[in-house]
Formats: sequence, C-alpha cells, structure tokens
Amino acid sequence: MAENNRAVVKLKERFADALLEYKEHRGEVTVTVKKESILEVLKCLRDDLRYNFLSDVTAVDYLGQEPRFMVVYHLLSIPNKDRVRVKAPVTEADCSIDSATALWNSANWLEREAYDLFGIDFKNHPNLVRILMTDDWVGHPLRKDYPLQGPDREPYKGRLS
Amino acid sequence: MGVNQPLGDNIITTSLDSLVNWARKSSIWPMTFGLACCAIEMMATGAAKHDLDRFGIIFRASPRQSDCIIIAGTVTKKMLPVIKTVYEQMPEPKWVVAMGACACSGGIFDTYSVVQGIDEALPVDVYIPGCPPRPEALLYGLMKLQDKIANEKNSFGSSIGLGERLEPAA
Repeated sequence: MAENNRAVVKLKERFADALLEYKEHRGEVTVTVKKESILEVLKCLRDDLRYNFLSDVTAVDYLGQEPRFMVVYHLLSIPNKDRVRVKAPVTEADCSIDSATALWNSANWLEREAYDLFGIDFKNHPNLVRILMTDDWVGHPLRKDYPLQGPDREPYKGRLS
Repeated sequence: MGVNQPLGDNIITTSLDSLVNWARKSSIWPMTFGLACCAIEMMATGAAKHDLDRFGIIFRASPRQSDCIIIAGTVTKKMLPVIKTVYEQMPEPKWVVAMGACACSGGIFDTYSVVQGIDEALPVDVYIPGCPPRPEALLYGLMKLQDKIANEKNSFGSSIGLGERLEPAA
C-alpha cells in the first residue's frame, strides 16, 4: 500500500500542503507534488531517504487537460534498492520548473532533452539548449499538437489517401 | 580467316572507355559509412562468407579514397549535413547506393525527424529494397552498379577534361 511507503510517509509529514496525490500501481509508488516545492521534495528524498540516484527526468503532455504538462522524476535508492516516481504538474501558460541540476548533475542532459522535446523551461539550468534536435529547429516535437510528419508536410490522412 | 592480325594473339584491342569502365567497375571502393541496422548487413556482406573483396569492393576509411557511398540505414535530418559533407569530399567519379527501405523512401519512419529518401539530397544510382536487404540483395545491387559503370560513355575523355561523362539511361 502506498500509505506505508517510506517516501509517502515522510512527504506527508514534511510537505503536507505540497503533496497533491500519491498512489501505488503494480508495486510502483508515484507521488505528485506542487512544482513550487519540487526542489525541496527532491532534496528531502535524496538526503533524508537516500534516494541518491536520479535515473530519469522526462515529461508528459496531456493536451486538452489543465495543467497540460507533467514533469516526471524517477529516483532510485541504491542503498535501499527501491524506487519512487515524483511528478509535478506544469501549466502551458507558465511552462517552467526549477532545475534539479543543483541536486544531481545527471539532471543536466535529461532536462535538456525534456526542454528540447516538450519546451519546458528549467529555471537555473546551466546550459538549457537543444540536445537531440538541430539547434535551428522550430518547435518541440513530442508535444501532442506538433505535426507528426513535420510542419513542412501535408498531414497524414490514412494509408489510402 | 581473312582477318588480319598484325598484333598477334597476345594483344586485345578495345576502346579507352571500356578499359576505364572495366577498371572502375572492378574496383568500387565504398566509403565505410553505416547509419543503422542496414550497416550490420553491409558488414556481413563484406565479411568472409559473402566477401565483397572478390568484386574488388574494398571499404575505405576516407571519403577522399572512395568512389561509392552506400547509404546503409535511416537518414535523419540531423545526419543529413554530415552525409552531404562526406559525399562532397569524395572525388569524381562517384556513385550512390541507397540501401534499404529507409534510404530509399524513409521506410517506416514517416516522421518529422527522418529524411524521406536520400534521393532528396544525393543523386542515387541504385536503390536496394529490403528491411534490411539480405547480403545477396546488396551484392545484386552492387553488380547492377557495376553494369551501370560498364555502360558509361566518354569515361576516358571526361577524365582528361574533354566533355562530360555520360551515364547510361536507366
């Protein structure tokens, strides 16, 4: 049960007002927190609960919902051999969140990727430039409203069109 | 019988074009250049079992020593300038083989990041379908390229600055 998870217990105690949701699905615990407190939450998980390895930072585009984006952090505790997923909602109007590069250097390229493909601005990132697409690319291709075959082509209308 | 052979039996007479074409088609040196899974199949074709060496096809590690580039794999828009640079560094005459569905047409990658066929950027001589093509298919494509080279006109003249090399009609 998610209520008994050590990360959930700790975050309920320390960040009761920032914790939006927590759940467990197939043995994986996910906590959703407000983006304003993301750095404090991550720092608490890293320093107090020894989730010392940031294995991924990515984002999800829920086009049509508000808030539109969800920034996702995957943490691994190497000493305790368990994982937790932290999510923070980000609105389209204020498409930014604090950079985790101050906590983990591995966040550097992961956040550049999320910026490149989703257009999320990571504040205080040391070098927030594109990492996969070419430097002169326009747009953020993994956004759901980005045309799949590129902006310069007719949209796909089915196999027989 | 009635044919005068002033040169004896040990001399073959031919045209300079045929000689040049024979030399070129018997020593196609492709650029060592792989992009995706097709490159694995290209390596298999070059290795002992299929052995491209017996056609005089020897992979070169520099575009300046190559006269053929096998586009073996998916061409992304990010990779395209690199391929163009490599192609431009190759000396004339040079030929392009589009190996596999991706290089021919973009293949299954009908997306924003993939060039929909290398013929958008380079003049392709041989298209080899397949995903990836088996070594036999690549061998057949390279033999087709040899046939094409063998039928070129003015190969010698163009190499000493007289006119253009004429490619056979496809």
